[in-house]
Amino acid sequence: MEPTPAAIEFCDVSYALPNGHKLLSGLNLQVRRGETLILLGRSGSGKTTTLKLINRLLQPTSGRILVNGAPTVESDVIRLRRSMGYVIQEVGLFPHYTVERNIGLVPRIEGWSAERIQLRVAQLLELVGLDAAIVSRYPHQLSGGQRQRVGVARALAADPAILLMDEPFGALDALTRDQLQREFLSLQQRLHKTVVFVTHDLHEALRLGSRIALMEAGQLVGIFTPQEFLHSSDPLAAAYVQAFGNGTTPATSGGES
Amino acid sequence: MNLMQFLIQNHGQVVELTLEHLWLVGVSTLLAVLIGVPLGILSARRPLWNKPVLGSANLVQTIPSLALFGFLLPVPWLGERADRIAILALTLYALLPVIRNTYTGIRGVDPAVVEAGRGMGLTDQQLLFQVELPLALNVIFSGVRVAVVVSVGLATIAAAIGAGGLGEFIFRGLAMVNNQLILAGAIPAAVLALAADFGLGWLEKRLRPR
Repeated sequence: MEPTPAAIEFCDVSYALPNGHKLLSGLNLQVRRGETLILLGRSGSGKTTTLKLINRLLQPTSGRILVNGAPTVESDVIRLRRSMGYVIQEVGLFPHYTVERNIGLVPRIEGWSAERIQLRVAQLLELVGLDAAIVSRYPHQLSGGQRQRVGVARALAADPAILLMDEPFGALDALTRDQLQREFLSLQQRLHKTVVFVTHDLHEALRLGSRIALMEAGQLVGIFTPQEFLHSSDPLAAAYVQAFGNGTTPATSGGES
Repeated sequence: MNLMQFLIQNHGQVVELTLEHLWLVGVSTLLAVLIGVPLGILSARRPLWNKPVLGSANLVQTIPSLALFGFLLPVPWLGERADRIAILALTLYALLPVIRNTYTGIRGVDPAVVEAGRGMGLTDQQLLFQVELPLALNVIFSGVRVAVVVSVGLATIAAAIGAGGLGEFIFRGLAMVNNQLILAGAIPAAVLALAADFGLGWLEKRLRPR
């Protein structure tokens, strides 16, 4: 009974490589406004493909994707992408730009005034827990955790309603990852963004997700709340719980789907 | 008469020929950059263009320089002035390193950075001018540096068709079997090449993205 359309909706979406190899088939999925939907699956399960279909870095072979009820193919691709924040594991900060220019890039090309950008950058740095003194540093002068925080700040710069995150904490050491996950939660409590978050780490999925979409071999296995996931009778979900359930987080391999 | 004395006595002519030499190299390098960089970008963006573009630039390199100067002599307008021919020939030779390094430089930009930029909603143009070109700049520049150093040497041959430059001394020396005259052309040319290599190398280091 939703009066407003879902933030993001996949309608029978398939994606195949030009050589015919199917990476995603018949995906139906709704992302609710303000929730953190986790795409969980192993490498090659289609979770990154799903994410890239949302901001049209990939075009579906069939089916369609709606953002706020409007088909993405009908919207201007540049506008569509700027209306979403995008964070990837490799961060992708521009190495020739300072922290300030990295974070302020989208506002700058959107034509914000210099003072407004400066203000926004300071605000965002505080939001992600970074010292304002690092604005003039270059990415190579930052630690991995700092870089990832700058990546998040950059994605939030133009205040998008939707945030796409592709294993954003995958390459970090366990302690930094734990800290950033905690910060993500408190950030999300304040900002209520619609987040689609790709991971292969069940602990991360359970901790951060409102709901978990489990994927395998290009198909959606099911959608679970974290509680449902833990007690699911689905064999794949149960296998995940068992594999992760011994209390230790396996080292993340940094693979991608 | 030794070489030093010759250079001092004829310093007016040495300077004049050096300036001519620099003119030939400078103009041809500028043209090669203006043509080569867009071609390099094109072949990096459109894989279909890659082979024909790099292939033709490669082909030019296989033409002996003296022959190329000769081929261009009967071409209308071009053949009227020897320096036009020399500049065109030098430009053609300089294209390969410029195109190849532009291609390599743009292809070498971290794919994660390009994807992040695209995902953030940069247009193709913004991606090119704000991300790809700045990050490829030092690689492109090292291609220009190679082109300049090669051109300084090649430009000596331009004197064979009367285009001037330090090759004048060399050809005159060859005709008169005068080693000192040959050296009077060859040594300044070598110094020029080394200076260009060193100076541009220094610039290239400063352009390296952090």
